[in-house]
Amino acid sequence: MSKMTKQNGININCPLPISDYKNILLAHGSGGKLSHDLVRKIFLPRFRNAYLETLQDGATLPYIDQSRLSISTDSFVVDPIFFPGGNIGSLSVHGTLNDIAMCGAQPLYLSVGFIIEEGLPLEDLWQIVLSMESAADEAGVKIVTGDTKVIDRGKCDKIFINTTGIGTIWPNLDIGAHQVEKGDRIIVSGDIARHGIAIMSVREGLEFETTIESDSNSLYDLVNTMRQAGTIHALRDPTRGGLSSALNEIAEAAELGISITENNLPIRDQVQAACEILGLDPLYVANEGKLLAFVPESEAEEILEAMKSHPLGKEAAIIGEVVDDHPRTVVLKSRVGGTRVVDMMTGEQLPRIC
Amino acid sequence: MKYLDEYRDPEAAKKYLDLIHRTISREWTIMEICGGQTHAIVKYGIDQLLPDQLNFVHGPGCPVCVTPQEMIDKALAIAQLPDVIFTSFGDMLRVPGTDKDLLMVKSEGADVRMLYSPLDAVELARKNPDHEVVFFAVGFETTAPANAMAVNQAYKHHINNFSILSAHVLVPPAIEAILSDEYNQVEGFLAAGHVCTVMGYRQYEPLADRFKVPIVVTGFEPLDIFQGTYMALKQLEEGRYEVENQYARAVKPEGNLPSQELINRIFKVADRSWRGMGEIPQSGLCLRSEYAKFDAEQKFNLDVDLPVRKTECIAGAILRGQKKPLECPAFGTRCTPEHPLGAPMVSSEGACAAYYNYRNFQQKQKSTPL
Repeated sequence: MSKMTKQNGININCPLPISDYKNILLAHGSGGKLSHDLVRKIFLPRFRNAYLETLQDGATLPYIDQSRLSISTDSFVVDPIFFPGGNIGSLSVHGTLNDIAMCGAQPLYLSVGFIIEEGLPLEDLWQIVLSMESAADEAGVKIVTGDTKVIDRGKCDKIFINTTGIGTIWPNLDIGAHQVEKGDRIIVSGDIARHGIAIMSVREGLEFETTIESDSNSLYDLVNTMRQAGTIHALRDPTRGGLSSALNEIAEAAELGISITENNLPIRDQVQAACEILGLDPLYVANEGKLLAFVPESEAEEILEAMKSHPLGKEAAIIGEVVDDHPRTVVLKSRVGGTRVVDMMTGEQLPRIC
Repeated sequence: MKYLDEYRDPEAAKKYLDLIHRTISREWTIMEICGGQTHAIVKYGIDQLLPDQLNFVHGPGCPVCVTPQEMIDKALAIAQLPDVIFTSFGDMLRVPGTDKDLLMVKSEGADVRMLYSPLDAVELARKNPDHEVVFFAVGFETTAPANAMAVNQAYKHHINNFSILSAHVLVPPAIEAILSDEYNQVEGFLAAGHVCTVMGYRQYEPLADRFKVPIVVTGFEPLDIFQGTYMALKQLEEGRYEVENQYARAVKPEGNLPSQELINRIFKVADRSWRGMGEIPQSGLCLRSEYAKFDAEQKFNLDVDLPVRKTECIAGAILRGQKKPLECPAFGTRCTPEHPLGAPMVSSEGACAAYYNYRNFQQKQKSTPL
């Protein structure tokens, strides 16, 4: 990866603090002086806030009155760690914050656990930390506690990150598959399959006329806009397993059928082309900055308009509806008018021979 | 998208569909040869739009599906040798051998890698001179030129730690085997466009003549399939049996001559065993003796003699178009993509996997036993 990509979307004027070491050593995870340095020089300056600053074993948080809480955890092991449109750091913040937002909650606090392979360039860690800082700042979220482990070379792949987030559920909001009803319209917030293809094109060394960038983004503000525009029955962020997994989960939990129309699925030409070349179905490819919303038919247009006014929802589209005639099954109406079942993926999507 | 959306245009599709409905006067059975076409037919719901009298059966054109179990066992044996990097196209990785599949031996520590091109395997061999790099060369005439090119490159640059495990198969002998079968019901064929891009379609003319079946070289997009089906149907209704070319935008009568020259230089035609169909004479490709040092079977001197596992899999009848996936008692219950009993349930081009993935198996489709 080029340096240019590493610095995508982050403050490039912020150099790595002077350090005696260019790479992570096992001693950086030993709990001794080097560990201390890592926290003082790398993590604390970028993530600084009143809760983290005390550097206690855990964070003591203020009262959160009257609100129900939402908590979510996720681990990030993406390869490559730098990709067009982001890196493992921004992804680890967006991913967990989005899980919180999908519960109808405003994310507030985040914990971060790093598992680092001995030998990781300190510069790489620094770039990752910078993009975590800006992702958390954008969402108004504080990183309040953390942990670092360094393990022998070859025992993990460069760096793994776990994040856990806490948020408060917006008042009078009760969303989930149990709220989904027949007739609900299904809205996707933008073009699909971009993150998975961005990662794969780097991994496989595929070059396109312009770079396909990951859609990795924080969705909570979009949800905030949507909830003010109308009733939301359910939300899902279609990450691994793509749209098909998210839709099947809802169909299964709600014991209703889902019908979607292929022609209405927003997808960029380049992503579609990459899927054709690689023999992948975009419905099964991961997204990291998209949501699926299940909303009452009567409010769908209003919510859609509100989404389109938001920078992350400009390409939002109604892609289908909830039906009762094929419970627990997602059916797609193809471009040429036929229908097929969209099942959950089995194992990993393996590219076809020809 | 340009050059793709045109072939998925619903208005044009409807025109051909109307023509097909107007033309058909009785029941006919047409086989699409290629797994890519099976995939498109089920993915776009094309068979549901066709008249009931038109019975589509799915042919043996999925290289993953027809690679026999003993060949997978050989691949597994090689992959588990020390200092071997075993490389393959993606969808071979989950095909069951007698005891395991390639993904399982990978999880046990074998170095198994998925590649998009056999040339990448040659490059991998160049970069890893202390390893043996083996490429699982499966496929029909479509993938043969790339695999031949890989061997050619390794030969030219003296990359002697590269070899291929050749499981190449050829389409015309398979068509002949299907048509010669006493239970055959297939009356017309959609031939595989990609195969003919390489080989042309002159080879099919004697078959059309001898067995009196129309053969239409057909592409892979919905409009291609509608048009190819209409052309085959029209021939059947008019009592003609010719080779016609629907996929003229890619296929020339003589095919791609430099590719054929390359295939013939590196490979020679040999007998080959097909999963579910048994041995078909002169139906495969193996390396010529000049290139024997790139032949993994010879290089590793394999002694794989595992008893072929008996399963309920009816791959033979499926691949000959004598049964449809829904007629298999194990379909969707004891045999699923998670636990496949046979290869047609593994590859996305396999007829069983296509039915499983794109049809709700609980909603039993109309399926006419042949």
